Amino acid sequence: MAEFVHLLPQVTIDGLLLGFVYAMVAIGYTMVYGVLEFINFAHSEIFMVGAFIGAELFLILKKAGILSGMPHILVLVLGLLAAMLITGLLGVLIEKVAYRPLRGAPRLVPLIAAIGVSFFLQDFMRAVATTIHGNFVTGVPELFNRQMVPLPGGLTMSVKAVLLIVSALIMMAALTLFVQRSRSGKAMRAVAQDMTTAGLMGINTDQIITLTFFVGAAMGGAAGTLFAVQYTAVDPYIGFILGIKAFTAAVFGGIGKLPGAVLGGVLLGIFESYGSAFMSLATKGAMGAEYKDVLAFALLILILIFKPSGLLGQDVSDKA
Amino acid sequence: MNWLSRLLHDPRRAPIFLIAYTVAASVLMYIFALNFETWFFVLLLTSLLFLHLGNANRWLKLGLAALVIAVVIPLTGQENGALLNVSIMICINIALALGLNVVVGFAGLLDLGYVAFFATGAYVYSIFASPQAPRFLPHLFENLPMGLPGDYFWLFLPVAVFAAAGAGIALGLPVLRLRGDYLAIVTLGFGEIVRILANNLDKPLNITNGPQGITPIAKPALFGISLGKPVHFYFIGLVLMLIAITLIRRVENSRIGRAWAAMREDDVAARAMGVPLVKMKLMAFATGAAFAGAMGMVFAVKQTFINPESFTFMESIAILAMVILGGLGSIPGAIIGAVTVTVLRMQVLTELANWLTQFHLPPALNLAKYQPLIFGLILIIMMRYRRHGLLPARRHFVDIDALTADSPEPAPTAPARGA
Repeated sequence: MAEFVHLLPQVTIDGLLLGFVYAMVAIGYTMVYGVLEFINFAHSEIFMVGAFIGAELFLILKKAGILSGMPHILVLVLGLLAAMLITGLLGVLIEKVAYRPLRGAPRLVPLIAAIGVSFFLQDFMRAVATTIHGNFVTGVPELFNRQMVPLPGGLTMSVKAVLLIVSALIMMAALTLFVQRSRSGKAMRAVAQDMTTAGLMGINTDQIITLTFFVGAAMGGAAGTLFAVQYTAVDPYIGFILGIKAFTAAVFGGIGKLPGAVLGGVLLGIFESYGSAFMSLATKGAMGAEYKDVLAFALLILILIFKPSGLLGQDVSDKA
Repeated sequence: MNWLSRLLHDPRRAPIFLIAYTVAASVLMYIFALNFETWFFVLLLTSLLFLHLGNANRWLKLGLAALVIAVVIPLTGQENGALLNVSIMICINIALALGLNVVVGFAGLLDLGYVAFFATGAYVYSIFASPQAPRFLPHLFENLPMGLPGDYFWLFLPVAVFAAAGAGIALGLPVLRLRGDYLAIVTLGFGEIVRILANNLDKPLNITNGPQGITPIAKPALFGISLGKPVHFYFIGLVLMLIAITLIRRVENSRIGRAWAAMREDDVAARAMGVPLVKMKLMAFATGAAFAGAMGMVFAVKQTFINPESFTFMESIAILAMVILGGLGSIPGAIIGAVTVTVLRMQVLTELANWLTQFHLPPALNLAKYQPLIFGLILIIMMRYRRHGLLPARRHFVDIDALTADSPEPAPTAPARGA
């Protein structure tokens, strides 16, 4: 047990980092679900594309020899903006091509199309990455030169990690402001509540759905870039499992609720990190991190059985 | 294509055409067996498709199909082992597509972890019929260092079927209350859990041997005679596949099949009509899983080696693509879909890739690696443009207006029969 306490700060930080990535991705699931009641299965691949865009931008800057000369915070912001813009447009494109023509069809139809989009994007990025680098695993240049920040209690945390959490918090705050205060955000909430009535009140629902996809995908893309900076390697398969977990986080927090996605993401990250550390200690290393995905999926099943509305959601069992 | 459809429907010309086409195709298949493997399967597929669509005597059609399936394929398989290998995979995949079709097509429950049941069947037999079980149960297998002999294959068939069906029920129980899309994610998670377990249960107790997998797996035997050749696997697979087809055809329009259809279309209305939803959902999961379990064993003995790599999410999606391509809920559709996707994966893509190598393209453009991309496109395109598949399920419609218009009295006109 003493060992566990000793590990606690590191495990908590790992869990928090992962949790914020989950939270950012979960926002995309929850926004689209809130409006269309549809699981955008391809969202995990949008995250992956975002990671690649960030990574490629850093690589281009490095190749041009200006990466070391620029302030790294500016590089990070550039990467985030590029990733958000491109993945946002990608999200809109996917919606136009694959989902919009299927609106009104039985539920399984758009879901199957979304699975198709997900596989297509994954393999497409594999092909692109292999063509450019000869290998689909792409190394990301190290930003912030492994600088550390001292924390109270004699602990340290890398600058990257701090910036991941800070940028995630800023973006989530901006999103909340947008949804709560702006005119479009109000329209978005109206459409999520009742699409037909919102349409009757003069809201262009198609436009709002496009906007929802753009914003959700942009958050996912930003999460991808932050992931790339933090973990310094990206490949086309990073999205798959992470996407399921982010969806778990969205359900955990209460699907359709933005604060729920954030809460669920952070809690899931910490749960997973603690769970695998504890398991590994309890079984003396025989079982450990390789079971963290099993833990997350088991959690998903348990939530869906016992509290399908999630932590912050209302009861949607009629819808569910 | 109009003349073709007219030809196939003409009761006088169709039988002659079918006989001529099938015989010619058989001869050509035999000739093509060594060099033109893709054309071999194109001929196989077209002859079976024409036999399905053609207007002729049932027994004539069955006889011609039997000629192609039970004579031409094994004979050509003697010449070219690769063809037989693809044919065995076709049998396995047809049964898998039919099984998934029960869950997704009949009952309307999207299962994204279907390959887990296939893995269950494969592992149940492989662990005990290989040196794996003696490794972790040394006392029980003291005299059997290679595990159980192949005679146990037949005993293990029902075991695998029940193990997979049990896994299906175990998956079904917790997810019963969930609506379609949640269910899909949970089944996906379940499939991944099974794969992760297979990958990691080599410690603390070595049950699955982890990523290294299990080998050699005992080949089936009957009364001491080894049935270890690919031709034998082909016939085992074929018989199991035919059993699967027969069972599913029988079930489709039975009470259970109609209950599934009712549940798929509207579960509230189905429940109001007295369909026991829980029982029917579990039954769909168990039935679908049972086929996968049996075929998992055939796959294991064919490969004589299994590891978790054979049971990834991609495989679940490949089976889903077969069902979607053929048409949800359609039995002939599932068969055609399975044949097409299997031949595409194992034959066409590899041959195209080989053919393209002469242009010295970068290795990233190796077409054989683009399977996920192609499955993705199949799913998107089918959903957008042909949602009911290539061979849609025939629905039995009752035209209520016509019924009431013909009857002398206005509705309700159905007096209780036998009253």
